[in-house]
Amino acid sequence: MNPVTVENVTVAYHRKPVLQEVSFSVPEGKLIGIIGPNGAGKSTLIKAILGLVPRASGDVYIYGKPYKQQRKLVGYVPQRGSVDWDFPTNALDVVLMGRYGHIGWFKRPSKKDVEFALSCLEKVGMKEYANRQISQLSGGQQQRVFLARALAQDATVYFMDEPFVGVDAATEKAIISLLNELKAQGKTVLVVHHDLQTVKEYFDWVLLLNMRKIAIGPTEETFTMENLQKTYGGRLTFLNQQHAIINQQ
Amino acid sequence: MSYEGWILLTGSLVGISCGIVGCFLILRKMAMLADAISHTVLLGIVGAYLISNSLEGIYMLIGAAIVGILTAFFVQLLHSSGVQSDAAIGVVFTSLFAVGVILLSLFAGKVHLDTDHALMGEITFIPWDILEINGINLGPKAVWMLGAVLVFNLIIIFLFYKEIKISSFDPDMAVALGIPVLLIHYLLMGMLSLTTVASFDGVGAILVVAMLIVPGATAYLLTDKLSVMLIISAIVGVLSAFAGYFIATIFNVSISGSMAVAAGVIFAITFVFSPTHGLLSRWLARKRLQNKSA
Ligand SMILES: Nc1ncnc2c1ncn2[C@@H]1O[C@H](COP(=O)(O)OP(=O)(O)OP(=O)(O)O)[C@@H](O)[C@H]1O
Ligand SMILES: [Mg+2]
Repeated sequence: MNPVTVENVTVAYHRKPVLQEVSFSVPEGKLIGIIGPNGAGKSTLIKAILGLVPRASGDVYIYGKPYKQQRKLVGYVPQRGSVDWDFPTNALDVVLMGRYGHIGWFKRPSKKDVEFALSCLEKVGMKEYANRQISQLSGGQQQRVFLARALAQDATVYFMDEPFVGVDAATEKAIISLLNELKAQGKTVLVVHHDLQTVKEYFDWVLLLNMRKIAIGPTEETFTMENLQKTYGGRLTFLNQQHAIINQQ
Repeated sequence: MSYEGWILLTGSLVGISCGIVGCFLILRKMAMLADAISHTVLLGIVGAYLISNSLEGIYMLIGAAIVGILTAFFVQLLHSSGVQSDAAIGVVFTSLFAVGVILLSLFAGKVHLDTDHALMGEITFIPWDILEINGINLGPKAVWMLGAVLVFNLIIIFLFYKEIKISSFDPDMAVALGIPVLLIHYLLMGMLSLTTVASFDGVGAILVVAMLIVPGATAYLLTDKLSVMLIISAIVGVLSAFAGYFIATIFNVSISGSMAVAAGVIFAITFVFSPTHGLLSRWLARKRLQNKSA
């Protein structure tokens, strides 16, 4: 069964359509890049799948059932700018929030939850920062805390909105190998990604998006000059530069 | 208990309840809503009086809670249909407050409330408005009402601590996890309305707004942990009540006003001297950096 199926999803903000009749399914156990220019609706697509913005029409299924019935199967890494990093809390506390969906009402995180959260921080190389106030972390470290929180959700399908923004090259490689580990466990990871140079190297599949679905499929077949042209429209100078890169690879 | 004792207890209860609720308002960037609700509850109080024909505290509480939640609801409605949130608060606040004032002046002859009293409050009279059951003196009514609201607030925060925390920090994540963020929002608004109205009659709107915002803002400068922030803001609320009372007796001025001033002074001192977020420590840190690079 497909981990994610999106059928005819349309989303509008104040009547302005942002996504139009987007339909696709993704296969299990793949790393999937979501690619498109700024304002293409990538974040909106993820939010629509997770029920964070209302859909004007269309349906979303996680392993064949509506998202509401499958919350525990899904992990989420929002764009880093979406929260107030001056909030009085530390890294461990933020990661523990990933456990909230499993803990249930009226209960506090248990010792096990704390241990699990610490192990997630360790996986992203942030264990020694567990008690650090979150405003005192660098941008890349904050990003890794968010990633650890998603790991703490212990999900089967992950949605990550630009997890590489602000992280250095070494960390980016570390995160990618972490994502590959998840993949090896049969998990499915959808990642909004901006750097066209690394698409072929990182992702098994790509979804090209610009208000509409332009194309989806295995990277080899789908990440072509023609599809990119359709996705990025008239930004030719930029595309030519990318063309050279694609041809190099 | 002595007259002085009751006043200090009333002021402290206001300080603790408002301080704790205020922390969440500050963290959710809704401090303006405190101002709004502390005024619109006037409509609730007048409405409750007109319907029940009684000035009993319980009717006031219910009326104020309803109007408080309505305020929050209208603000949310306007905001979600594209009005900037501060403009939405302004529109709802002024219109509901105006309706309250009009009703009050229409029926002014019948109601003992007057606007001066509502804004400044008169904590001086609190020890004389006694709750008596079977002829037994149980202390001032206001203290019972404030005490009950404080217990209610503490229970809600204790039960829903993690839900309130995540929906304040990362509402999107909270929704994704299935936490009813809107319900939590209205729960907080309900707490805010109850706290406001319980404090309102005794100490007046100005002290309520001061106590809702200043202790939380002070605590925010002193800690990086939510639970500690709640405790500090309660302590600052109590300190303000005590300091305010003594200022008032020394200079023979309004007690509520002095408590608000005391809260302001505590904030100002913290703003300059806070070891982590204070002006002075930041200035010193910069100085040190300059010296190092020089
Ligand atoms: N809350 C909102 N209210 C109104 N319009 C919005 C809102 N959020 C996004 N939009 C609009 O919807 C469109 C898609 O936004 P979205 O954030 O999904 O794009 P994106 O592909 O994630 O872009 P980026 O690469 O910059 O993150 C944009 O035109 C944006 O202006
Ligand atoms: Mg985006």
